[in-house]
Amino acid sequence: MEVTMIDNPVQNPQREQRAPAPAAIQPEEPPAFQVENLSVWYGKKQALFDVTTNIPSKTITAIIGPSGCGKSTFLRCLNRMHELVPSSRTEGSVRLFGQDLHARDTDASIVRRRVGMVFQKSNPFPTMSIGENVIVGLRLNGVRNRAILNERMEKALRMAALWDEVKNDLNRPGMSLSGGQQQRLCIARAVAVEPEVLLMDEPASALDPIATMKIEELTQQLKANYTIVIVTHNMQQASRVSDKTMFFYMGKLIEYGETKQMFFQPAEKKTEDYITGRFG
Amino acid sequence: MPDASAISKPVAGYMAPPSRTADKAFEWLTLFMALTVVLLIVLVGWQLAAGSSGAIRKFGFGFLFSTQWDPVNEEYGALPFIYGTLVSSFLGLLIAVPLSIATAIYLTELAPRWLRQPIISLVEMLAAIPSVILGLWGIFVMVPWLQKYPFAWLKNPHHLGWLPLFRGPTYGVSLLAGGTIVAVMILPIITSLSREILVSVPNLQREAAYALGATRWEVTRIAVLSYAQRGLFGAIILGLGRALGETMAVTMVIGNRPVISASLLKPGYTLASVIANEFAEATTDTYLQALFEIGLVLFALTIVVNLIAQLLLMRFSGESLGRSVQ
Repeated sequence: MEVTMIDNPVQNPQREQRAPAPAAIQPEEPPAFQVENLSVWYGKKQALFDVTTNIPSKTITAIIGPSGCGKSTFLRCLNRMHELVPSSRTEGSVRLFGQDLHARDTDASIVRRRVGMVFQKSNPFPTMSIGENVIVGLRLNGVRNRAILNERMEKALRMAALWDEVKNDLNRPGMSLSGGQQQRLCIARAVAVEPEVLLMDEPASALDPIATMKIEELTQQLKANYTIVIVTHNMQQASRVSDKTMFFYMGKLIEYGETKQMFFQPAEKKTEDYITGRFG
Repeated sequence: MPDASAISKPVAGYMAPPSRTADKAFEWLTLFMALTVVLLIVLVGWQLAAGSSGAIRKFGFGFLFSTQWDPVNEEYGALPFIYGTLVSSFLGLLIAVPLSIATAIYLTELAPRWLRQPIISLVEMLAAIPSVILGLWGIFVMVPWLQKYPFAWLKNPHHLGWLPLFRGPTYGVSLLAGGTIVAVMILPIITSLSREILVSVPNLQREAAYALGATRWEVTRIAVLSYAQRGLFGAIILGLGRALGETMAVTMVIGNRPVISASLLKPGYTLASVIANEFAEATTDTYLQALFEIGLVLFALTIVVNLIAQLLLMRFSGESLGRSVQ
């Protein structure tokens, strides 16, 4: 069954305007990311096929799809982490508020300072204290002023909803925290440098349900300040936390739309099959 | 449907029950093997102590602090050898550690993939060169070269010659030459151990740093080296263990003079070298016992250095790593 992608702002701009947008989405706000004809190869294997899409600002976009469908690759293209695989090759463009992130003269370090990332497994630096873990990004940016560092440390920990739990233990090692706390520490570390976007690669998949709930609540609070793109294996999680959902399959963007619509009335047969658990 | 009681039922007739005897036998066998290692160390220590008991009784603790080594007059002291061993090993580490760790970092973090295996193979080949060959190379190539260029530069009063470390006439063979050959000998082991340790740093650590916008050097510093510091320290200590016992090549270039001099450009002697050199000519009982005691001192020195290293490692991890090392 061939159906055109619904709600793809590039292909159907009018539709985006006419659709009764939820209150959270400001239609006049420019998109955070504009992705055009993005293809990625690892060696000879193509991982991503000609993806064109927009990711709106100050919203949560979930990326779902079975393992190996290209969702992590797509996420990593947004801050050029995919380049760490030596054989990777990219075509097409990714723009963040108009600036081409993949351009030859764009420094990957600067891209990553604007686009923060949280990983599947929490990875605080084991030799650093809780406090040092939070401000390590600022230190990399040459911030030396202790007052500024302390202020930003507290702010980041508050944003990660971790301040009250660790404010008396800032000098203890980051690894002394529980798994869920470590993941929130990593979120604090990512937001401390005040990026414009936060990428999350299955941030709760290694956590228990209570810690998962905390991370999900946190994403809702962070939405006010950040554009969040979250990869998840967990369909319920995608439906709970996100405003928009992308479904990837075999390296292609199959469907992209409002999360509610995607889950209740998917336009594509493949999406429906995946969401209802018939494969994947 | 399997019912709940199935789990307590005996296994089907065609299956053998799990063998507990094999389990026990395996446990005893491995225990026995492990004890063999312990027993060997104890035996070596005991043999050395027994062999040197006469000298220990005769010289007492003075043996450790005496600088006399005079077989003609039956006077024996180990201090010059202890000094020579420690200084040449330390110099060896000083030269080898930066080289080895930098090589390991290059191999794991920076080198293009096609270049890695050739370099690793070359480093391993360096380890395979027999000590005596390195010693010959040391005598005929390294020492004359050291004498002509680095030593001449160091002892120039306008450079470092004003330091007591680099004073006096030079003959080429010296503590520093010994340290240099020790460095060549321990370089392969420290490099390959460091490489293994750096390779084992989880990629997730590197990604954490990259995602913060770190450059390659910053990633290496904050994610790789700090994660690996404990392991790298261990690698250095293993190298030091080797250095302390290095015999043949060191003997050939260190000069073999039982003196303690501040200058690193002057000859020295090591514990291992004196045993190798003089064992055949030890004609009197006391001479032989003194050499045995030198062996005992070397044995103890190695153990003490390792213990200190273990203590340092514990402190080190207690302060900075917390529970991270599980």
